[in-house]
Amino acid sequence: MRSLCALLVCTMPAMADVAPDRAMALEHMVIQDCGSCHGLTLKGGLGRPLTAQALAEADPEILALVILDGIPGTAMPPWRPLLTEDEAMWIADYLKTKESP
Amino acid sequence: MNRLLALALLSLPLQPLPALAQATGDLGLVIERATGSLLVVDRSDRAAVGRVEGLGDLSHASMTYSPDERFAFVFGRDGGLSKVDMLSRQVVARSVQAGNSIGGAISDDGRLVAVSNYEPGGVKVFDADTLALVADIPAAGKTIGLVDVPGRRFAWTVWDTGEVFLGDFSAAEPQVTLIGNAGKNPFDAVLTDDAHTYLVGLFGEKGVTAFDLWSATPKPVKFLKDYGKPSEDLPVYKMPHLQGWAFAEGQYALPAVGQHEILWVDRQSLQETGRTPVHGQPVFIIAQPASPYVWVNFATPLNDTVQVVDSRDHSVVATLTPGKAVLHMEFAPRGAEVWISSRDDNRVLIYDTRSREKLGEIEAKAPSGIFFTARAHRPGL
Repeated sequence: MRSLCALLVCTMPAMADVAPDRAMALEHMVIQDCGSCHGLTLKGGLGRPLTAQALAEADPEILALVILDGIPGTAMPPWRPLLTEDEAMWIADYLKTKESP
Repeated sequence: MNRLLALALLSLPLQPLPALAQATGDLGLVIERATGSLLVVDRSDRAAVGRVEGLGDLSHASMTYSPDERFAFVFGRDGGLSKVDMLSRQVVARSVQAGNSIGGAISDDGRLVAVSNYEPGGVKVFDADTLALVADIPAAGKTIGLVDVPGRRFAWTVWDTGEVFLGDFSAAEPQVTLIGNAGKNPFDAVLTDDAHTYLVGLFGEKGVTAFDLWSATPKPVKFLKDYGKPSEDLPVYKMPHLQGWAFAEGQYALPAVGQHEILWVDRQSLQETGRTPVHGQPVFIIAQPASPYVWVNFATPLNDTVQVVDSRDHSVVATLTPGKAVLHMEFAPRGAEVWISSRDDNRVLIYDTRSREKLGEIEAKAPSGIFFTARAHRPGL
């Protein structure tokens, strides 16, 4: 069990002050809730693709800002009421390093 | 040979009845979005009776049924169109017909299946028997709100441009007509149960646009143009769905976009008749058949709750917390039960609609949409 926990923590992106259980909740949120517009595999839907490949050129700090404040005039909502800045940064790093399924 | 035949005939009545003898009228499918599988459920037994696998990316998947309730046509996010046999519980035909799709419909005569696509945008129409391509109608953007219209026709809308099209596929050559512009960024559309009015919900501006499909020349009529103003809109964490827009007591029950409210509109005059403050951003508002009630679920993070609202006085009469991440509700065709999917509890919960008590539950892997075969006989589904 301990080695499994260690393994999970190791595979998380190194950045951001996010506890491991919160990180798992964030990953779930990315897949399920971001996935309702961007696709469960993040290959896009109503929203643009969010695969690591699609975001290769994106600055993680700017991605985190988009997550927190949304894009006015589009369907991308501001997630600031639900996320801290560290958590948004964690998601940005996660998206940029996540391997495509 | 004769002996063989005689033997075969003799042995026939002794065989157990083949699976084909099973009726499908009380069956349904539950989409298991994370695993790309479908759970086959039996409404009478309140139980899962099988699972179909290998359907690809089923996030935001939906389906429709053949007129004989034997086959389901499943529309996957990854552009996969799958035909599933409810009896053998197998995928009998499958076509990855686009890069990214959002939904579909079956023609009133059951001969054609249409799929609305995001990437590349447009509508593709297939032969329901073989899934052979019959027509490919491109569009200038992502298509949404595809519905079947009587007379082997379909209507659809383009998210990027607001254009609304009516396609007639009753002759060898399809006839596609632009019937008008709904407005800015239509997010979904629905056809009323009498196939009279095609309602298009707008995200990019306030309002809903109605098209009279009984008219030979349908025109856009916009209503609810100022709802929600001037107060600040709340973030919309999940687009509302209009497939289940309720039509109760001569009214439409519509989700306010960016407000935690249900809006009530008179069907005839298109005038607002009331508002109901609710628990969160409504996603589905579905009429409980043979009753004055509508049931509502909500966008994340308020999605552990379902509310029941009386269409006569617009009051909330019950607030239930069936489970975590409630994504969908499906009623038994006569309204006695409602089946509710709780994605994060990995369960489908079954409630009695009179007592609103839980009758049972079924394990399912991250369930989203629940689809009973009785949908086969309802237009616009």
